Amino acid sequence: MDFLNYDFMQRALLAAVLVGITAPAVGIYLVQRRQALMGDGIGHVAMTGVGLGFLLSWSPVWMATLVSVLGAVLMELIRWYGRTRGDIALAMLFYGGMAGGVMFINLAPTGSNANLTSYLFGSLSTVSESDVTAIVLLAAFVVLVTLGLRRQLFAVSQDEEFARVTGLPVRALNLLTAITAAVTVTVAMRVVGLLLVSALMVVPVAAAQQLSRSFAATFAIAVGIGVTVTIGGTVTSYYQDVPPGATIVLLTIGAFIALTALAAPLARRRARAMATGEPAGDPAECAIPASRESDGKVGV
Amino acid sequence: MTEPVISLRGVRAELGSRPVLRGIDLTVNRGEVVALLGANGSGKSTAVRSVIGQVPVSAGEIELFGTPRARFRDWARVGYVPQRTTAAGGVPATVTEIVSSGRLSRTRFGVFRKADRAAVRHALELVGMADRAKDSVDALSGGQHQRVLIARALASDPELLIMDEPMAGVDLASQEVLARTLREQVAAGATVLLVLHELGPLEPLIDRAVVLRDGCVLHDGPPPKAVGQHALPGHDHVHPHAAHDAEPIRTGLLS
Repeated sequence: MDFLNYDFMQRALLAAVLVGITAPAVGIYLVQRRQALMGDGIGHVAMTGVGLGFLLSWSPVWMATLVSVLGAVLMELIRWYGRTRGDIALAMLFYGGMAGGVMFINLAPTGSNANLTSYLFGSLSTVSESDVTAIVLLAAFVVLVTLGLRRQLFAVSQDEEFARVTGLPVRALNLLTAITAAVTVTVAMRVVGLLLVSALMVVPVAAAQQLSRSFAATFAIAVGIGVTVTIGGTVTSYYQDVPPGATIVLLTIGAFIALTALAAPLARRRARAMATGEPAGDPAECAIPASRESDGKVGV
Repeated sequence: MTEPVISLRGVRAELGSRPVLRGIDLTVNRGEVVALLGANGSGKSTAVRSVIGQVPVSAGEIELFGTPRARFRDWARVGYVPQRTTAAGGVPATVTEIVSSGRLSRTRFGVFRKADRAAVRHALELVGMADRAKDSVDALSGGQHQRVLIARALASDPELLIMDEPMAGVDLASQEVLARTLREQVAAGATVLLVLHELGPLEPLIDRAVVLRDGCVLHDGPPPKAVGQHALPGHDHVHPHAAHDAEPIRTGLLS
C-alpha cells in the first residue's frame, strides 16, 4: 500500500472513486431512456470547452463543464423540438464540438494537441489540487441529483408520457438529467478521458443488469462495480505503468463479461427455485406427455 | 350528474402537416364510462393524448375538471394508461418500482410515506398482481404488463381514468381481471374514458360510445347494440385480405 504515501496517488484515487460513483449513477438513467451514447456525445462537445479553456487561460475543467452543460441542454432541446432531423443535428453538434476543441487548442499560445490528449484519454497522475476541488464539488452535485430525485428521474426515464400525466415537470427533469450527465463527463474527464467517459456510464449498468431484477439493485451494483474498477485500474496503473483510463475501461468490460458468464447459471437456479418453491406459480418447464418429443416448443 | 370531467370543444390537431383531429367535441361527465372507438388512424389515440397534453392542439378548448388544461395542476385526480405493449424500460425494474411511479403525484418531492406504500400495494391487489410485487417486469406476460400499467394508473386513487387500448394484446385471463377491476372502479364512482378498437368484454360497462372517423365525431350516443363490431357506424373493417380486394384473385382456392 505504499502508493498511498504519494500525494498525487491520493488525489488520483479520490478522483477515481468519485468517478466510479457518479458515472454509473447518471448512466443508469441514460440506459433506462435508451440514450446510452449520450455521454459519448457530451464528451465530444466538452472538447470545445477544454480548447476554449486553454485559449482563454481559464481552468479547462470549469470551461469544459460550462460548454458541455450548454451542449447537453442543446441536445435535449433538439430532441424536444426537432424530432424529424434530430439525429443529423446531434451529429453536427458532436463533430462540431470535437473540431472546435482541436481548433481552439491549436490557436491557444500554450496549447497543443499533446495537451488535448491528456483530456481525451485521461491523465490521472497529473490531477491537481484545484482539479480535485472541482471534481469533489461536481460529484457532490451529481450524487445529490441522482439519489435525491431518484423516483422522479426513474418515472421520467421509464415512461415520459406517463410521467407528464403524474404532473412531474418532465421538461425540467430531462434538462436536469442532461446537465447532470454533462457534469459527470467533466468529472470523469481527467480520470478516464472524454473519449472513454461513456464506457463508465454504460458498461457498469449493463454488467449490473446481468444480476439484478430491480432498479434499486441495479443502481447499487453498478456503483459498486464503478468504484471497484476505478480503484483497481488506478492501483494497477501505479504498479504496471499502464494508462489508467484504458485500464479502468478494460476492467469494466472484463467485469461485464464475468458477470454475464455468472448470470446464466444463476438465472437457471432462480428458475428452479421458483418452480419448486411456488408450485402454484408458472411452472418453469412445460409438462409434456412422455410420448411426445420434448423439444420445448408446443404449438398453440 | 352532468358535471363535465373532460370537455373538448372544436379541438384540432396536426401531426406534421397532416390534420388528425378536425374539430372534435367530446364531453365526459362525472361517473360516465365513455368508449372512444374508430378504425386505425381515425384520431382516437390523438384525441386522448391531446387531453393529457401529450399532443399540441392547434385550435379549440380542452378542460379537465372544469379547468383549462394548460392551467390544470391536479394530476393526482387523473390515472392514465398509455398504449404500451410493455412496462419495461432499458434497466430492470420490479413491479412495485413501476407502480410506485403512479403514486408520485400524491407525494411531496417524491418522499414515500407508509400510506403511499400501502396505496401501491392496494393498486397491485386490485389487478391481482400483489404476489408478483417483487418480480422484475421482464418476467411478465403481455397481459400482466398491462395489469401493471393499470395498477400504476390506480396508485394515485384517481377520479378519472384515461386508458388507451388497455385490451390490446392481453390474454383472456387478464382481460377478465381488467374488466373486473374497471367494474369495481366504476362502482366506486370513477369516470372513465377508454380508447378501444372493439367493445369486447368491456361492453356491459360502457354508457356511451363516441366513434371517430378521419378526425371527426361520427357517432355520439349509446354503444351500438351490435352483432359484434361490424355493426358500428363508420366501422372500417380491415382484414389482412383487404389489400387483395383491389385486384381480383383467381387462385381458385375460394371460388
